[in-house]
Amino acid sequence: MPTTDNITFEGSGGSDGAGGAGDAAAAGRRETTEGTVFTVTGQDWDSVVSGVADEHAERVVVNMGPQHPSTHGVLRLILELDGETVTEARVGIGYLHTGIEKNLEFRNWTQAVTFVTRMDYLAPLFNETAYCLAVEKLLGITEQIPERANVIRVMMMELNRMSSHLVALATGGMELGALTAMIFGFRERETVLDLFELVTGLRMNHAYVRPGGVAQDLPSGAVEKIGESVKLLRTNFKDTANLLVDNGIWKARTEGVGYLDLVGCASLGVTGPILRATGLPHDLRKSQPYCGYENYDFNVVTRDTCDAYGRFLIRLEELSESLKIVEQCLERLEPGPVMVEDRKIAWPAQLALGSDGLGNSLDHIRHIMGESMEALIHHFKLVTEGFAVPAGQAYSAVESPRGELGVHVVSDGGTRPYRVHFRDPSFTNLQATAAMCEGSMIADVVAAVASIDPVMGGVDR
Amino acid sequence: MTETNLPEPAASGGIATPAPAVDPDAAYVGGEAVAQRRGMFAARGSGDTSGYGLLQRVVSLPGASARPYGGTFDETADALAAAYPAYGEAVEAVVVEHDELTFHVRREHLLEFVQALRDDPTLRFEMCMGVSGVHFPEQTGRELHAVYHFLSITHNRRVRVEVSVPDTDRHLPSIVSVYPTCDWHERETWDFFGLVFDGHPALTRIMMPDDWPGHPQRKDYPLGGIPVEYKGAEIPPPDQRRAYT
Repeated sequence: MPTTDNITFEGSGGSDGAGGAGDAAAAGRRETTEGTVFTVTGQDWDSVVSGVADEHAERVVVNMGPQHPSTHGVLRLILELDGETVTEARVGIGYLHTGIEKNLEFRNWTQAVTFVTRMDYLAPLFNETAYCLAVEKLLGITEQIPERANVIRVMMMELNRMSSHLVALATGGMELGALTAMIFGFRERETVLDLFELVTGLRMNHAYVRPGGVAQDLPSGAVEKIGESVKLLRTNFKDTANLLVDNGIWKARTEGVGYLDLVGCASLGVTGPILRATGLPHDLRKSQPYCGYENYDFNVVTRDTCDAYGRFLIRLEELSESLKIVEQCLERLEPGPVMVEDRKIAWPAQLALGSDGLGNSLDHIRHIMGESMEALIHHFKLVTEGFAVPAGQAYSAVESPRGELGVHVVSDGGTRPYRVHFRDPSFTNLQATAAMCEGSMIADVVAAVASIDPVMGGVDR
Repeated sequence: MTETNLPEPAASGGIATPAPAVDPDAAYVGGEAVAQRRGMFAARGSGDTSGYGLLQRVVSLPGASARPYGGTFDETADALAAAYPAYGEAVEAVVVEHDELTFHVRREHLLEFVQALRDDPTLRFEMCMGVSGVHFPEQTGRELHAVYHFLSITHNRRVRVEVSVPDTDRHLPSIVSVYPTCDWHERETWDFFGLVFDGHPALTRIMMPDDWPGHPQRKDYPLGGIPVEYKGAEIPPPDQRRAYT
C-alpha cells in the first residue's frame, strides 16, 4: 500500500527547483499559498530534510494519514512540529463513515444486528450485545433471556475481548517495530477467530447475538474445542508476556509516553484500559453488571502509571482474566433454550446441519408447511414485518475492550428502530490524542495512539 | 448550503408520507406523540385489505412520572433540586422508564444544570457519555431533541438529560466548558441533525465532508440508494421498500 505524507511548510516561499516528480529519490514538491508542500512516498526523506534546511522553516505541519500504517486504519493526524517535538496535535476522522446509524432506521430490529456488528470490527460481539440489551430493555424482556443465552453471550464477549486486545498488542507492537509481538498477537487471535467461526459461522461480522438471545446454539463439540483453545491460549500468552513485559526497548518506547491522569480521563470521558491505567478500578462488568457478570469471579486490572506501558500491562493481564471467565462459562453451560420463549419475538427456527451443510431446519419447514398454518403465519409475519417495540428510549452500556460502549435506542412503537446512537469508546477516547501527544516527540505519537487502540470502524460508524 | 435540509426529500420516498394533522393538545397527553399509525399493519404504499384501514392510532412516548420515582431516583432529584435553585423552572418533566431517569431540561438552564450535576458532591456525575440527537418531525415546536447521558462513578448512577428545541430555532448552549468530552459529540450532533451548540469552540462537521449539504440523520433527509437488480428482477432501495412501521 503506498504511503503518502504531506509535509507543509509555513513561511518563506522558496524556489521550486530541487527534486521533481520524476526523480524517484526526491519527494514531490509544490508551492501553495500555505507554503511548500512535500509529498513523501518513501526513501525520499533526504530531500525533505534539505528542503527544511534550505527554507529555514519555523513551523512544519505533518499530515500523517489517513492512509498510514501506524494510524490504526484511516485516522488522520495533523501534527505541528518544532524540530522533533509536537507542539500541536489535531485529529481528523470521518474517513470510514458508512452511515450505519441511518441505515438502521430502514431495517427491522433484528436486521440491525447485521449492521452494528460492522461498527467496531474488532469487537463485533460487544456491539451486538450492547444493541440487543437496549432493545430487550425496551421490550421489557431483560429478565426472560434464557440463562444459556446469557452464558454464551458472556463467553463470546470474553473471547472477543481477547481477540481485540491481541490485535491491540499486535498492531501496537508492529507500529513500534516489535514485529515478533505482531506475529504472536495475530497467531493467538487466529485461535479465537477459529472458535468464532465454529460457533457463529463467521470470523467477523457475526450477527450472532439477537434481540431475545443468540442466533444459534453452540454446535456439538464446541465446548471441548473452546476448552482446548483456552489451554493453548494460556500457554501462548506467556510468549507475549515474556517478549515484552521486561523488554528494555519496549519499555523505553512506552513508559511515560501518552500520559493521561484521572482528571484528564474524567473530563475527556475516557474509559476502558486508559482509565484503569490511572488506578481507578472502573469496570461496568463489576459496577453495573449485565448478562449475569455478577456471577463470575474475575479481577479488575489496574495500574497507576497513566502511560502507554500501564495500558499495555492492563491489556495483557485482562487476557488472563478473560480466560478465567471463559472457563467459568464452560462450567456454567447448562442445556436449555438460547432464545426467549415469546414466539412473537424469537426468531422462528434455529438452523440445522444437513448433508449439504448448515441451513434451514427441515423439521421446522415440515412444521410450517405441512402441520401448522398458524406457525407459517407467525414465521412469515416475523420475518417480513418483524416485531414491534413499545415506544420509548433506553440506554445500555457494556464494557467493551476499549471502554464504555453505550447504545441509545429510541423506538416509536414500530417494527424498525426510530433512532440508534452508538457511544463508541474509540470515538471518545481519540479526543485524548492532543492531551497525550502535545509536547512529546513525534515518535511517541505513534506509541500514544497505539495505546488508545482506536478502531476507526467504531469511531466513524 | 442553506438552512433547510438539502437535498429535497424524495417525492415518492417511504419516509415522506404525510400524516394527518394531530391535535397538538391531544398529542401531549401522557407524553409526546411520535408517530401516527393507520390500518391494522401500519403498511404504507399499498392498500390495507384487513378491513381495518380506517383505524388510527397516535403513538406517544412515556409521559411524565410523579413522585416517588423509585430506587435512588428520588435522591438524585432531591439533590439536584438542592444543588440547582432554579430546578423547578428548569425541569419541564421527569420521566422514569425502563429503570432509567430522564430530566427534560429547558435549554436556557442546560449549562448551569449540568454544572450542578458535575460539581455537587451528592451528585458527582463526573462522566458525560456524550450527546445524541433525535429528530421528531411530528412534535411541532419540539422537533429536535439533544439527549445527554451522564455517569457518576462515585455513586454508580446514571441519569439522562433531554433538551428539546424547535426546528426553526435550533440553538442550545454547548456544555463543552463543563464536559470537554462533548467537543466531538456536539460536532457530530451538529453534523447529523443541524443542532447549533452555542459556545462550542469550533462547531464544524466531523463525519461528513466539510462541504456536505444538509444533515443526514434528520428524518426529512432521504436515505438514498439505488435499486438492486438480480436476474432481471428489481428490488427497490431500502427506503422505498414496503414498511410496516
